[in-house]
Amino acid sequence: MNAADGSMPETMIDRPDPQTDRQRQSRRALPSRKARREHLLGWLFVLPALAVYAVFVLLPLALTVWYSLFRWDGFNVPVWVGLANYENVLTDPDLLNTIFNAFRLIFFFSFIPVTLGLVVASVIRRSATGSLGNVARTVLFLPQVIPLVAAGIVWSVVLSLSGILNQSLTAIGLEGVTRAWLGDFDTALAAVGLIGTWVLLGLCTVLLLTGMTKIDPALYEAARIDGAGAIQEFRAITVPGLRQEIGVCVTVTVIAALRSFDIVYVTTGGGPGLATMVPGLDIYVLAFQARAVGVASALAVVLIILILVLILPIQYLSREKGA
Amino acid sequence: MRVDRRELYSGRLLLIVLMAVTIVPFVSMFTTALHPSGSVPQGLSWPSDPQWGNFITAFNTANMTTLMSSSVFIVLLTVPISLVISTMAGFAIGLLRIPGASWLLLLFVFGLTLPYEGIVTPLYYLERQMGILNGRLAIALPLTALYMPFAVYWMRAHFITMPPEISEAARVDGAGTWDLFWKIHVPLARPPIVSLGILMTVWTWNQFVLALVLVEDPNQRTAAGILAAFQGHYATDIPLLCAGSLLILLPTLIVFVAFQRQVIAALLQGSVKG
Repeated sequence: MNAADGSMPETMIDRPDPQTDRQRQSRRALPSRKARREHLLGWLFVLPALAVYAVFVLLPLALTVWYSLFRWDGFNVPVWVGLANYENVLTDPDLLNTIFNAFRLIFFFSFIPVTLGLVVASVIRRSATGSLGNVARTVLFLPQVIPLVAAGIVWSVVLSLSGILNQSLTAIGLEGVTRAWLGDFDTALAAVGLIGTWVLLGLCTVLLLTGMTKIDPALYEAARIDGAGAIQEFRAITVPGLRQEIGVCVTVTVIAALRSFDIVYVTTGGGPGLATMVPGLDIYVLAFQARAVGVASALAVVLIILILVLILPIQYLSREKGA
Repeated sequence: MRVDRRELYSGRLLLIVLMAVTIVPFVSMFTTALHPSGSVPQGLSWPSDPQWGNFITAFNTANMTTLMSSSVFIVLLTVPISLVISTMAGFAIGLLRIPGASWLLLLFVFGLTLPYEGIVTPLYYLERQMGILNGRLAIALPLTALYMPFAVYWMRAHFITMPPEISEAARVDGAGTWDLFWKIHVPLARPPIVSLGILMTVWTWNQFVLALVLVEDPNQRTAAGILAAFQGHYATDIPLLCAGSLLILLPTLIVFVAFQRQVIAALLQGSVKG
């Protein structure tokens, strides 16, 4: 038996002992023919996933960056313009406003669902441990499973001039404020945002509730003995104990806000004017309606970078200190 | 737990109000769908003469059977293949620990936050060149690719926890890598594979941007893509729009209510790991 024939490590591995790992590594350091065959086989396992990912994600991603350096209408010969499209994206008031709208949506898609979700989850934990809590969990989660397009259609009916919101407002004597909520310059963005709140509240609630079950009940017991009320308990135990779950909620909802497309497309199409235009939709409009593929691609690159820049610190903060 | 009565009642009231806000829009859609076609119904009101026929009209004019089978077809085209190739990749990266595994993982994870809108424009031109635009493959192939970052990450997270003794014992019995994968590790990985399957099915069914851009004919789109076309079609006929939308939503709602525990669990794990 010698190291070269490659069967030796095999026979030694069948005895589980603490050295196994080191032996496996030494096998890796001296790749025998068999080990090399093994590695090749391993790469073959990755190949299909890698190939489809490379062709349909990495290549288009590189092409987005490439297109962003040209002026191109999709048909004629592209004209090299260098970074001019980026200058356009970062100085044109309409395009900048599009990006700001995405940030405004973060308030509705992220801040409200996460804070309200914290409250609702604590309420379920404290005051509705029975069937009411279970039903509430399921019901609040419902908007998360239907297509966002459907959520948009449902709410465009509710918020229309003859919709149930205006009907209710009239019933309590507030005819004065009734309007086409999604068609009014002052309210359209908030209306779109609240649809996002409606969709994401359930996800945040259920996520946070799951996190709460992992908090040591002894902590709550100790707080009770110290005479802490619901609010103090919430601030001193629940919120710090949920750091990681809150991080997840913020990550998921901020991404949802920045890449919003479906709801806006269906309810307002970016209007009235550009009041609800968001980057995702603007990329589509610029590339396929205005035929400005270059500017659309530059906006896409900016959006991709924005998401990364916002998400990485959130991930870092929630993971590091949570551990 | 000691909770005083005022907190108990105000808390429960909050839950009931929020549940109402979730449910009432659906109810108002349902009552609207029962009004005479072409009318403009006022909010939540029961019609004097409910038009149940609206559902049949919507079903027939919208080609509902074609639409539904199109969505199911896209799911069948996307989900099983995505499951197989991501499980294989997760196995190689997490368990075989092939050289370069950590770089591969990084390459996949890089795609996790990528917005679909960010690559949909080049996808259009790429697919036009390949000649697969406007077919179901036009949605299925990029969707499979876009699932890879999450799916590979997810399956790797499972395989990395598998004790090496399992594989070693199988090796001693003479199992090759291929057998080790299919006969030993795939059966052991059933729970994460099932969750991933549920997740990808929901995501595919609800996928909109790709369907909108890459497929012109709404009859070949996903359920979400069909809904949008529906909205354009019935823009002036709110009762029929509501009837049709409810019909398209029905399968999703039935599946959710039937499998709610699995679906919620899968979506939760999905967002935690994503």
